[in-house]
Amino acid sequence: MRFQRKHILGLGELSAEEIKLILDTAESMKEVSERDVKKVPALKGVTVVNLFFEPSTRTRSSFEIAEKRLSADVLNFTPAQSSVVKGETLLDTARNLEAMGASVIVIRHSMSGAPWLLARELSASIINAGDGSHEHPSQALLDLFTVREIKKEIRGLKVLIVGDIAHSRVARSNIWGFVKLGAEVRLVGPPTMIPRDIEKLDVSVFYNLEEAIRDVDVVMMLRIQKERQESGLFPSLREYSKFYGLTRDKLKLAKDDVIVMHPGPINRGIELSSEVADDVHSVILDQVANGIAVRMAMLYLVASAGGTE
Amino acid sequence: MSGKVIMDSEAIARTIARIASEILERNKGAGDLGIIGIRTRGVYLARRIADKIEELEGIKPPIGILDITLYRDDFRRRSDWPKVQKTEIPFQVEDRNIILVDDVVYTGRTTRAAIEAIMDYGRPSSIQLAVLVDRGGYRELPIQPDYVGIRIMTLRTQKVNVLLKEIDGKDEVIITEG
Repeated sequence: MRFQRKHILGLGELSAEEIKLILDTAESMKEVSERDVKKVPALKGVTVVNLFFEPSTRTRSSFEIAEKRLSADVLNFTPAQSSVVKGETLLDTARNLEAMGASVIVIRHSMSGAPWLLARELSASIINAGDGSHEHPSQALLDLFTVREIKKEIRGLKVLIVGDIAHSRVARSNIWGFVKLGAEVRLVGPPTMIPRDIEKLDVSVFYNLEEAIRDVDVVMMLRIQKERQESGLFPSLREYSKFYGLTRDKLKLAKDDVIVMHPGPINRGIELSSEVADDVHSVILDQVANGIAVRMAMLYLVASAGGTE
Repeated sequence: MSGKVIMDSEAIARTIARIASEILERNKGAGDLGIIGIRTRGVYLARRIADKIEELEGIKPPIGILDITLYRDDFRRRSDWPKVQKTEIPFQVEDRNIILVDDVVYTGRTTRAAIEAIMDYGRPSSIQLAVLVDRGGYRELPIQPDYVGIRIMTLRTQKVNVLLKEIDGKDEVIITEG
């Protein structure tokens, strides 16, 4: 199968075959990171701009390493030091970067849909590195990659996502990805953090973690954003942690070979107890390492599809 | 597939045996050899050459698999879009004599990409090229094979197909009209 897409915007619009092709390509890319010389010339002469309107260490560094391993020319664009503070619109900023020769733009923006706007208006390839509370495709793809690497097959697995589903782009992209590849997806969190009608995405909803975690193969913890407490979605961090924090005792209810995932950064002692974060079941650092291979695959695939139009 | 058969399975077997002997002669044994096949058909030929060397010398040289997709110079220009596959070189190339194996050498561009890829793994003592078919006359780079099964002159419009038992069900080299 050939990858036809010029952009990777979200898991919602990718087919199961396209997702598998990205994961297969990432497997080949992973080998590059295990060599002495961790670089291949595939994107030589291609300019990639990382356009991050929201703070991010992990995702931006991971994209930057991925770009450099493919020999692309990389420009990091940080709005705090740019004309955005002078009032330039998103589209004007992006058009300027394109005029400088950017052929791939990796964008993170607090507005849901921003990457789609760029994809529609520009001729560069766009990769969504997180838009509002909508999608975070590279995170979901690296989660799928990590699970597939360990469990070999995603079909039939029971995957539990824990936390603030309503505000999480990681959750949304992962729901789409895991459901498309045939996993059984469960969600658990306080009722205030579970979106209405989410069952329509083919998931089951729980409000009790002990009940939801029974016999699952994968537990995916979401980061709890402390500022949500002020907006009244939960009474206190302590209470949230008591009901929805993952501890060793709760983890015992899952399958013996359960894996624990977290997109980072972790709030130790809140959504995840320290002992669980460092436990043998935790694959959190594998996720980070795999992120580079998955992002290399995304960059390579959109760049090669974009050039043959 | 219809066309002119220029090598049958016996010819291919004899050629592999000859190439294996030539490799041993030139490298004075199998001691520091490493055999790397270029995906897809080069990999099967590499395995056959390694088996033959083992038969002759009692030592089986290590085998690697090379996927050159990420090293191509025609990236974004091709219409047939190759899937990136894994490269597996399970030995140190440093200070080894590397035998690079491909089914056909034509323009030399695949070989160029393969040499660059191998260099990223370390500094071999030498890289030598072994091919089943040398399609002469169309080289676009200064690259010549060290071990050749058969050298042929063809028209650009013709196609040279190497069929191997492992994936094609039979051993044959055929020239077809394009």
